[in-house]
Amino acid sequence: MIEARRLTKRYGEKTAVDGLDFVVRPGTVTGFLGPNGAGKSTTMRMIVGLDAPTSGSVTVNGRPYARHRAPLQEVGALLEAKSVHPGRSAYQHLRALALTHGIPGRRVEEVIGLAGLDGVAKKRAGAFSLGMGQRLGIAAALLGDPRTVMLDEPVNGLDPEGVLWIRTLLKGLADEGRTVFVSSHLMSEMALVADHLIVVGRGRLLADTTVADLVREAGGDTVKVVTQDPARLREVLAGPGVDVTGRIGSQELQVTGLSAREIGLKAAEHGIALFELSARSVSLEEAFMDLTRDAVEYHGSTTAIDALGRPA
Amino acid sequence: MSTLTAPAEQPRTTPSRPAYRVTGRRVLASEWAKLWSLRSTWITLGLGLLFLVAFGLIAASRYRSETGSGHLDEHFAASTAVSLCLFGTNFAQLALGVLGVLVTAGEYTTGTIRATLAAVPRRLPVLWSKAVVFGLVALAVGTLGAFVAFLLGSGIVSDTPAAMGLSHAGVLRSLLGAGLYLGLVGVIGVALGALLRSVAGGISVLVAALMLIPGLISLLPASWQDDISPCLPSNAGESMFELTHDATALSPGAGGLVLACWTALALAGAAYRLARTDA
Repeated sequence: MIEARRLTKRYGEKTAVDGLDFVVRPGTVTGFLGPNGAGKSTTMRMIVGLDAPTSGSVTVNGRPYARHRAPLQEVGALLEAKSVHPGRSAYQHLRALALTHGIPGRRVEEVIGLAGLDGVAKKRAGAFSLGMGQRLGIAAALLGDPRTVMLDEPVNGLDPEGVLWIRTLLKGLADEGRTVFVSSHLMSEMALVADHLIVVGRGRLLADTTVADLVREAGGDTVKVVTQDPARLREVLAGPGVDVTGRIGSQELQVTGLSAREIGLKAAEHGIALFELSARSVSLEEAFMDLTRDAVEYHGSTTAIDALGRPA
Repeated sequence: MSTLTAPAEQPRTTPSRPAYRVTGRRVLASEWAKLWSLRSTWITLGLGLLFLVAFGLIAASRYRSETGSGHLDEHFAASTAVSLCLFGTNFAQLALGVLGVLVTAGEYTTGTIRATLAAVPRRLPVLWSKAVVFGLVALAVGTLGAFVAFLLGSGIVSDTPAAMGLSHAGVLRSLLGAGLYLGLVGVIGVALGALLRSVAGGISVLVAALMLIPGLISLLPASWQDDISPCLPSNAGESMFELTHDATALSPGAGGLVLACWTALALAGAAYRLARTDA
């Protein structure tokens, strides 16, 4: 459980995190989403006490991180991937961290296996690829068997197999009842793992919601219908929560609040001919961009943003 | 939201979780492991030891060949076996001081500090542990080097006016003083690295404090020089291992105390920055 209250961080003139209030609960994967420069990393650094808040506070499992007897058992964090001396082996790095808490050597071996680093654990970390560095960071995060796992952009630099591994791992950790807090600037990635979303832009909270709610709020699922008799279809479909729009003289209607299946059935019931019936989901990516449009720190040209909108 | 019903909020992790705990001794053990898991530690300590012994032996050999040939160089005139054999201290202090800087500043330049402080978020135990671990290692290496240099070097000059044995008054104190001096220089290096968070910056300040400032002091009026000069870290340290002291120099005890004060000052600055600023 992570609780932030009016959490604020200023660097001189610039406000990186601006009065954030949120709660990250156990048992689910919570995505922490926002464009680059939205304050995600700063927030995560404040959670583990690397940065001190200018005002406000953040607690982990009821206390400030630094006040825990065994911090690594409370929060396992992956911040920037390369937090390792390039001259030290993965094994030595993990062992040095384990020694501070009295974590036994067998747990070190365990997380090395868990992260798939068996073959390279004795090699100097300087020779690691980005992906291996990321795996080492995750091994370090899991070292203390923490109740809360917090990962900053964990899929960065991972190959497809690694990405899949992270997804499975995160869901598994949440299923064990742990608090899982994962940041990303990629909505598409978040949609696959996160149940809950905390969206920030320019240091402010934009949404604290579920994936499904976010889509609904951003325009929901629209169904496009082309019919011979739009006026009659409107009458037939009218009801609470149903919104039908369409241009006068056009045979095309946009319907929200009903599924394509329901529309089709109603039309058939009343003998109205349909030429086209297609559900058009607002993609999560669009929903996210709608939400953060004003909060994007570094605007490229529109085409550049569109190009970035569909990540691999 | 259906997954967020009340029971799910109770952490369901295994009830028999091991009771880990951060303690001062464990942080020490961690810093000890960190120090020895880097190849640069072995190399730099080896260099320090080599400088200390090799330069001492070279100085002793030069002295012996000059006394043998009859015309003794002026700066050798007042030499003793101790001063000759500890000639390498100046060079060894650089190796040990630089390694001290690397112990702390190296964590910042590589990013390891994030992992370190996440494990020990109270922070200060990390600085104390690094200072203790590296201070003791530098002390051990310095003392070992001083004794080896003296035992070999005093053999070389045994039949010259500079000849001395371990039992000679003040010799043991000088050798131990040299070890202690190098240990304290190591701690100063650790403190400067933590204070400046940069390897280059830490080394620059270290070299300036130990080697450049004593030279610059000679630009000051003579009366000031006599007051300030003995209290500089390098000169105060030298009093700890010099066998003979002229009128302006501090006594070995006072010199040790002054150097200890410099060390404490550097550590206090490092502690302040570590505790107060974002990592």
